[in-house]
Amino acid sequence: MNTTLVEANFVDERPPGLFRQALKLRRTQVGVVLSTLLITVALIGPFIAPFGSTEYVDMPNTLDVPGTLLGTDYFGQDVLSRFLFGGRTILILAVIATSIGITLGTTLGLTAAYLRGRYDEIIMRALDVVLSFPQVLLSLVVISMFGPSNVLIICTVGLSTTPRIARIIRGSAIGVVERDFISAAEAIGETRKRVVFSEVLPNVTSALLVEMNLRLTYSVGLIASLAFLGFTPEPNAANWGLMIQENRVALTEQPWGVILPTMALALMTIGTGLIGDGLSRVSAGIDRGGKGE
Amino acid sequence: MACRECLQVLIGVEKVNSGLRIINLRLNVAATGNDIVDEVNLTIEKGRVLGLVGESGSGKTTVGLAVLSHARRGVEIAHGEIYCAGTEVLGLDADAKRRIRGELVSYVPQDPASSLNPALRIGVQLMEVLEVHDFGGSSEARKARIKEMMAEVLLPTDDQYLERYPHQLSGGQQQRVGLAMAFACRPSVIVLDEPTTGLDVSTQEHVLKTIRQLTRDHGVAALYITHDLAVVADLADDVAVMYAGRVVEQGEVAEIFGNPAHPYTRHLVAAAPDIAGKKQIVGLSGRAPSPGKRPTGCSFAPRCELAADECREAFPPNVRISDAHSAACIKIGKRGETATQTSPTIQSVSQGDVIIEVRNVSAGYSGTTVVHDVSLTLRKGECLALVGESGSGKTTVSRAIGGLHREWTGSILLNGVPLRSAARQRSVEDRLGIQYVFQNPYGSLNPRRTVGDSIARPLLIAGISKSASRSQVLDVLDKVNLPNSYANKFPDQLSGGERQRVAIARALVSNPQVLVCDEVTSALDVLVQAAIVDLLGNLRKDLGLSMLFVTHNLPLVRSIADHVAVMSEGRIVEVGPSESVIGDPQQQYTRNLITATPSIERSLL
Amino acid sequence: MKTSILKFIVKRILLGVMTLFIVSLLIFAVTQALPSDPAEAILGREATPEALAALRAEYGLDKPLVSQYTHWLGGVITGDLGTSYATMTPVSEYISPRVSASFFLLLIAALGSIPLSIVIGANAALRRDGKFDTSSSLISLILAAMPEFVVGTILTVIFSTTIWQVLPAVTYLEVGAPPWSDIKGLALPVLTLLIAVTPYVSRVMRAAMVEVLESDYVEMARLKGMNERTVLWRHAMPNAVGPAFQVIALNLAYLAGGVIIVERLYNFPGIGSALADAVRSRDLPVIQYLALIIAGVYVITNLLADIGTVLVTPRLRTRLS
Repeated sequence: MNTTLVEANFVDERPPGLFRQALKLRRTQVGVVLSTLLITVALIGPFIAPFGSTEYVDMPNTLDVPGTLLGTDYFGQDVLSRFLFGGRTILILAVIATSIGITLGTTLGLTAAYLRGRYDEIIMRALDVVLSFPQVLLSLVVISMFGPSNVLIICTVGLSTTPRIARIIRGSAIGVVERDFISAAEAIGETRKRVVFSEVLPNVTSALLVEMNLRLTYSVGLIASLAFLGFTPEPNAANWGLMIQENRVALTEQPWGVILPTMALALMTIGTGLIGDGLSRVSAGIDRGGKGE
Repeated sequence: MACRECLQVLIGVEKVNSGLRIINLRLNVAATGNDIVDEVNLTIEKGRVLGLVGESGSGKTTVGLAVLSHARRGVEIAHGEIYCAGTEVLGLDADAKRRIRGELVSYVPQDPASSLNPALRIGVQLMEVLEVHDFGGSSEARKARIKEMMAEVLLPTDDQYLERYPHQLSGGQQQRVGLAMAFACRPSVIVLDEPTTGLDVSTQEHVLKTIRQLTRDHGVAALYITHDLAVVADLADDVAVMYAGRVVEQGEVAEIFGNPAHPYTRHLVAAAPDIAGKKQIVGLSGRAPSPGKRPTGCSFAPRCELAADECREAFPPNVRISDAHSAACIKIGKRGETATQTSPTIQSVSQGDVIIEVRNVSAGYSGTTVVHDVSLTLRKGECLALVGESGSGKTTVSRAIGGLHREWTGSILLNGVPLRSAARQRSVEDRLGIQYVFQNPYGSLNPRRTVGDSIARPLLIAGISKSASRSQVLDVLDKVNLPNSYANKFPDQLSGGERQRVAIARALVSNPQVLVCDEVTSALDVLVQAAIVDLLGNLRKDLGLSMLFVTHNLPLVRSIADHVAVMSEGRIVEVGPSESVIGDPQQQYTRNLITATPSIERSLL
Repeated sequence: MKTSILKFIVKRILLGVMTLFIVSLLIFAVTQALPSDPAEAILGREATPEALAALRAEYGLDKPLVSQYTHWLGGVITGDLGTSYATMTPVSEYISPRVSASFFLLLIAALGSIPLSIVIGANAALRRDGKFDTSSSLISLILAAMPEFVVGTILTVIFSTTIWQVLPAVTYLEVGAPPWSDIKGLALPVLTLLIAVTPYVSRVMRAAMVEVLESDYVEMARLKGMNERTVLWRHAMPNAVGPAFQVIALNLAYLAGGVIIVERLYNFPGIGSALADAVRSRDLPVIQYLALIIAGVYVITNLLADIGTVLVTPRLRTRLS
């Protein structure tokens, strides 16, 4: 019906990849710097910490303790060492959980979009049920039953992320599935699996990349939040979220115990958030530029 | 019409003052300062229609919007003057601009479906334009005016109809509402931006008739923007041809079509199929340069067979050919080899073996039948055109043949053997034997895959090795006249015509017996369309292909098909050799369709 | 036409009820997959087998699962929610004041964030790529990225401890007392929730508005000579609120999750604190009921958003008839 003439809408040069394009934006650059910094602290920190993560150093909540830079926390442990140890678990758990969520969510979203009809309905309704539990709630309910273990946290965070990713992927795949190159692939006899993964999937990568980033940001937040509520596998684990909770009461005497992990979590999530925003800005442009109908 | 010059002298400036006058208009890409359009000079007298013709990207819509003193996001009006009934509109302040829009000069958009607000009843949308310009003085007068306008555009005038939402109207009705809205405040100038592009020919005929009536009756100067030469010939008094942002030729309709002076115009006319004559349409390779990539001299020079060095040095001046005809070309009068590509002669009606037989096929979508008991035969080496308006079921039939539509009953035979419904269930030979080329080349190629990979896929599925497929890919690229280097390009690096060639190459790579072409040229400009039709004709001849050519474009049928089947409301209305069906239709429906189709030849008689 | 809308609403409500039913099944299934025995959780490891059996009988834990479920569901419907394992008080008595306190908190946050988001989003869209747009997008991006407790902690540092001491760091609210009795204590929890939701809704509002403002019908309205106010309020807004409804609903549900953290942070005596406590003490009846309430908030807001979207979108509304 709509036979818009689009002859002139082509580009001569191919645009560089999404990430490269995003890197030209100032906000993405800042995001990359922040994320790299915080990821480095989280991963390298345990190796350069002057004290052990649960080592008793001196009187609790003391600011000037010889041999420590920032004093001791509520339990007499070195604040700086606790901080340097406290990011690793959060980061690793978040990355694994997000990967699970992305894999499952993408598969379900693409399948629903491609198969349509009844399958679509069933998949999306089932995901809707999971979606009706806020992520924190779902994690808490499961933790209440089995106790906080890392595997459990990964699974609940990953599974509760799944429907959110599936919705987004389905949304952008629906538009792709309707395009003629999908019919063309079917007409030459491509298998369903190939159509989904090598025709549809490559065309939703920008949405996927943006979503991956967003979900990583939220997973970091969620896992830290669970720790903040006190749900870590070990009761006295070095964990930024838990640190904030533990040292909150003594905020006035020993501010570092709260301020350091707060800043770290804030900068890490802001960093990944900025990267995600850069990506989504650029991908909006790409999606708009590439299509002709 | 004989002595327009005399008339102009007699009535003088006054007459022009009441129409539209565009002087030396230039619009830029705001970010770069590159010209989108430049040196546009147009005059439309009161009561006349000027057809502004050009391919997509030529800048015709940009000019049209500038008449309302409007530029889209990213576009800026650099300089120029536009007089609407004597008022210069570009220099007005924001408030004054707002006041003249809809009152002094109004706009009819291309796509009525997206230009009417989906959240507002049509009565409200009509009323507000009257209210904002304080037309009629009272609410009763406005209501009466709405009814009057609805009657003039041949729509129901009752209140219930006005309570409808846009989506409850057909495309033709929506465009009529758009016309009613545009004429509501009795403007002096009206800009019509491809108002019939999405409409079927019979609807188009009615809308065009209404436009003609309204402009003449109300003495409006109308700027009619379109890419369809036949519509212009049918409707307009004057024509201006745009190429790469400049007006390259303008004059009265009969002059332009009877004696085109600019090489580009000559190519346009040569490429346009015509329902009134069996005409070999001729395409032209290359594409118009986009803003920022235009040469210093004549923009058409790179594609022009007459181009000399001086053409490339400076933009050619406007040369007067007659009182009512001028062109921006220094080679006027010199005729080059316009027919650079030889068009295939359409073979006489072939009597080969039947290759595809469609027997009593009925098809539908989720229970609703849209195709009823259709039977067709396609012989070896033959091109059968399946023609019909939108919703006639022609695409459903072709998709069923291609294995893309499953919900059908009856039988489809390839070489006498029944085909399964879905492509995936068919045997490899059946699948490869029938290849489908889609309407929109922008949607039919995977944007994330190189051209070479896309073409090679059918071979790889059929079990041919990667290295063997490579040479076949280059071979078919050659057949569709694309250089080997295109194998490594991505679709977004290609123009629409090139993409469609790639799509055809992908279909050819599996050595099919039958090519199903579904509206393959409808998304393309006329020169590109002619080139693709040309290519298909050659392929048919060289490879002995049989072809099912699905189209709504009746004039095109004459240029490509031996046989034609006309479909309407899911049934075949008439079948026969193209010449006899179009030259001497037996059915009323076909006759109506043919009369409704605008034609350059017919208009000039 | 009227009856068809009614039919749609009824159908949509039935679907919501069905979702809630499945949600309840899920909650029950998860909570019953308990590795440890609730009776043991209550009485402790040293309890005698007789005492455990007696307790199981008292709570009906010895009955088959199906009858436990129907009994529980019947209780939920009739308002008899059993007894909290931890506090030994009836669940309804324990939860009711907390539910109303939380709803009050949510209501204020929602009432604040929705108009705020619409104003920010619409303004950013109107002056696209302008100063307001870029700065609001950057600020909202930063605020949206951080987890609530980080935002809350920063707010505490700024407003109650380290920089200024103007607002209390915790809410001093008796359970059962009306939430507005400590207005100052409400400030930080509400602010935290506002910050958690507003950025997201305003970004979606902006996107919806940008799309609408770029549409052909808005251009057409301008070409008809409509003034900007009419263009914005009559032509653009009605088409942007439909999609915004969905996002607002999603975020209200998100708020329901956010309260768990925020209440904990400020010691606000609502369902969030109750849930965190219940999880720690494995207080099954309380967990089950709170999960059902929070999921119910999602189902209901979604239901309202779906109905709202259909009502404000003529194309959807008339398709029903």
